[in-house]
Amino acid sequence: MTSTLTISHLTKRFAGVEALRDVSLTVEPGQRVALLGHNGAGKSTMMKIILGLIPFDGGAVTVCDAAPGSAAARAQVAYLPESAAFHPALTGEEQVRHYLALRGKRPSQALDLLARVGLGDAAKRRIGTYSKGMRQRVGLAQALIGKPRLLVLDEPTSGLDPVSRRDFYTLLDDLAAGGTAILLSSHALTEVEARTDRILILSGGRLMAEGSLADLRRKAALPVAISVAPTAGQKAALAAALPMARANGDGRLHLDIAQGEKLPMLARITGLPQVADLEVIPPSLEDIYSHFSRRDGQ
Amino acid sequence: MNRILSTAAVEFRIALRNRWVAIAVALMVVFALVLAAAGAAPTGDIGADRLSVIVASLTSLAVYLVPLIALLMSFDAVAGEVERGTLPLLLTYPVSRAEVLAGKLLAHLAILTLAVVVGYGAAAGAAFWMDPASAAGLPALLRLVASSVLLGATFLGAGYALSALARRPSGAAGLAVGLWLGAVVLYDLVLLALIVSDGGGALTTQALPLALLANPADAFRLFNLAAAEASAAAGGMGGAAAAIPLWQSALSVALWPLLALMLAIAAFRKVTP
Repeated sequence: MTSTLTISHLTKRFAGVEALRDVSLTVEPGQRVALLGHNGAGKSTMMKIILGLIPFDGGAVTVCDAAPGSAAARAQVAYLPESAAFHPALTGEEQVRHYLALRGKRPSQALDLLARVGLGDAAKRRIGTYSKGMRQRVGLAQALIGKPRLLVLDEPTSGLDPVSRRDFYTLLDDLAAGGTAILLSSHALTEVEARTDRILILSGGRLMAEGSLADLRRKAALPVAISVAPTAGQKAALAAALPMARANGDGRLHLDIAQGEKLPMLARITGLPQVADLEVIPPSLEDIYSHFSRRDGQ
Repeated sequence: MNRILSTAAVEFRIALRNRWVAIAVALMVVFALVLAAAGAAPTGDIGADRLSVIVASLTSLAVYLVPLIALLMSFDAVAGEVERGTLPLLLTYPVSRAEVLAGKLLAHLAILTLAVVVGYGAAAGAAFWMDPASAAGLPALLRLVASSVLLGATFLGAGYALSALARRPSGAAGLAVGLWLGAVVLYDLVLLALIVSDGGGALTTQALPLALLANPADAFRLFNLAAAEASAAAGGMGGAAAAIPLWQSALSVALWPLLALMLAIAAFRKVTP
């Protein structure tokens, strides 16, 4: 099984400034990969290089066994831009029919595609009358054309309401199950957490970390937060038994524990008679993301 | 081919909804009918049929109006896609930039042809109504239609090239107006000034014919006047038209659209989304 996308030692400069530095990664068929990074971290630049829209300065990129932007690659790659835009004078159906024709598919599938993204009723209306979320769905509909081997999505869920987001990720799951590799960038970290197989963190044009969420959590080795609730009237006694804990206004005690000390500490807390309840809060993706994206001198 | 036809169909629909089709046709019809009415007075003495006289007038009209309509339709072609943000997505599709431009050209040329045929047709109808002998002018009318379409194709291509160079609709509009003024109005004024200052020397006899052939608008005028019977009625360029062989102006009229389209494709290839 060959990788759908292979990038090795990719470098891109804009007027002397390095937008991407020595980035290497692979994306396998059926994998859902999230690309995280601040604004200006190089996410969009990397996507444009993968799509063949802009040239690069060093390294090698292979997309579906072809050069990025070549006819063979473009036939197998679909793209959803950050804010999908279409001509306002066309209806959703006309626009999707045109995209189908450009991919050599039957234009009559347009209504089916629009129905899949929940735009069946609006298909005959002009895109100029659509909301941002509806335009985003037209963008998604065109990205679904002809089962692409690689789907590149630039902040696909911005502008979608929570229910639409869930439907959107369900569509992605179906595609991934069919072997489509998916590379998406997002600022909504909690969505990415549940819905992707691998996470890449870009900062200042460098790939700072990559792996599954569990991998990143292990590598970051951030402290685990433990919140302990005392039994009635025992708060002072509990605080004495756990001198390193902070007391917050909520009547509970809070501890930050290094990963390696988590189990011994839990054993110790559960052994205390004053404990009514406890919660273990693992570091969130936001914490892990900040850890990796700020390591670079910030 | 399917990709070009689909692009053309979409562009035609957009032009229809933006009223460009109606505007182009109305402009041509109104101006052609005004010319047909205004040109009604001085015939009879010339000995040419009514349609031939009207074709000569229409030639002078077309040389201004056809490039203007072509540039108005084309200046937005690439710059508009850049501004709307539709270009990056389009360029990730398996369609070449030349195919995109070919599709747009096909649609815009169809609109222009429609406007020219309806406009000239209205004027020709008026000619036949006033003078039944107008059938003698029909070949000239057909030549005018064909060369107008080629002139339009030239300025459509030039408009696409400017649109790709400017990358912003406002800049492209400015360049298009500049090109129209330069090629259609100022070019002839400069040539006229040179002739006057040269006083019939080598410049007038040798450089002038080349200069006229090098400008698609002048080549269009030469072609139609040299071919028409009524060149005397057109005044002005009649003398020049007689001095330059018909095949040369025909060649210029036919080659310019290809050259303009090649320029447009080259400029579009340089656009990075």
